[in-house]
Amino acid sequence: MKIIVDQDKCVASGQCVSSAPDVFDQREDDGIVVLLNDNPPAGLADDVRQAAALCPALVITIVE
Amino acid sequence: MIVGASAAGLSTAEALRRQGYQDPITILGAEADPPYDRPPLSKQYLRGDWDADRTRLRPDSMLDALGANFILGDPAISLDVDRRLVRSAAGRELAADAIVIATGLRPRALPDQAGLAGVHVLRTLADAAALRADLSNAPKVVVVGNGVLGVELAATARQLGCAVTLTGRQAAPMESQFGPMVAGLVAQLHTTEGVELHSGTAVTGLTPADGRVTGVQLAGGDHLPAEVVIVAIGSEPVTDWLAGSGLRLDDGVVCDSRCRAADGIYAAGDVARWYHDGQRALLRLENRTNATEQAACVAANIVGESHSYVPVPYFWSDQFVTKIQVHGIQTADAEVTVVEGNPADHRFIAHYRRDDRVIAVLGWNMPKQIRLHKQQYLT
Repeated sequence: MKIIVDQDKCVASGQCVSSAPDVFDQREDDGIVVLLNDNPPAGLADDVRQAAALCPALVITIVE
Repeated sequence: MIVGASAAGLSTAEALRRQGYQDPITILGAEADPPYDRPPLSKQYLRGDWDADRTRLRPDSMLDALGANFILGDPAISLDVDRRLVRSAAGRELAADAIVIATGLRPRALPDQAGLAGVHVLRTLADAAALRADLSNAPKVVVVGNGVLGVELAATARQLGCAVTLTGRQAAPMESQFGPMVAGLVAQLHTTEGVELHSGTAVTGLTPADGRVTGVQLAGGDHLPAEVVIVAIGSEPVTDWLAGSGLRLDDGVVCDSRCRAADGIYAAGDVARWYHDGQRALLRLENRTNATEQAACVAANIVGESHSYVPVPYFWSDQFVTKIQVHGIQTADAEVTVVEGNPADHRFIAHYRRDDRVIAVLGWNMPKQIRLHKQQYLT
């Protein structure tokens, strides 16, 4: 699983961090998404899919 | 069969596939454009930072991979609940085992705005394109309505160099969303940026000349001259096509706690008014996050689960360079306390309390911290 995020579209809702805290974080000052791991282990795949689905700006793309 | 091809409709289809649903899916949409996102319309798109393509919810490749039959530019005109059959304006008859109503909202208009050039509402990409064109030579703008959309549009028009007046019935901008303390700060923000405010005033009409708007008449007798008027006085759920269907329609499609309007018929997004088990009340939410979350719940219930939908509502608003985020449901009688940061520094978090319990948290330019407050106090 490879993950791509589009920081320019991010609206800093933090939904991704709530879903998959080992994979996503937010910048301190403006809350924009930070990708901690662009190739997470299979055990986190469901959390990442959940994060991608719940993102209100659809900035997370998963390449399986 | 999903009626509505915007965020809630498309999210329902995606959630169905994620949950293993393999039967055919049809998505019937009133607008001809491929599914696009609405929050950027009042901001990035209107400012000219994004083109229309950037507002699309998904690229063609992902829509194709969904394996759904998209019928766009053809509004639904009726629903036969017993036969689970939708009729469309183009004469289609579409039957299905399950039907999801996701027809969203239609903006309210002022009685005398029809056919008057220079007057705009904002809901669709076409609305936004027309408004963007009309704002291109920095006209004098009056925004009617000081709720979320009106306030954002005032900010964007100002950023485009327009002289902007924001008028509305609320005593301060977004007071019903934020309460008086934070609404006062929104007023301050707009005043500092050069927006003229006429709060707590009703509009009695528009003044025309030669088929074009020349201004806005206020209840107190004041007249606000304008070359462009943006009307943002709220919206109504699109349910007229369901009249006579037998479904209960009351400020939206009324649903049970499972988002079910009738056997095999569900509603999701702005149009759905469902029973929130936690709040013990019917609720209808007009926000972007709800479209996705409710769609996921509806999809789960279609594939045979039985989830009640009990979200902690969330919405955000971007104005100038300020981001305001709210989790929870605040009420007019809530007590508001700043618990972190300082409004004077334009960064703070406020808690809304009732009966000694935190019912909502608001972040002003503190997106990372507000998520932590939500996790700590509201889940």
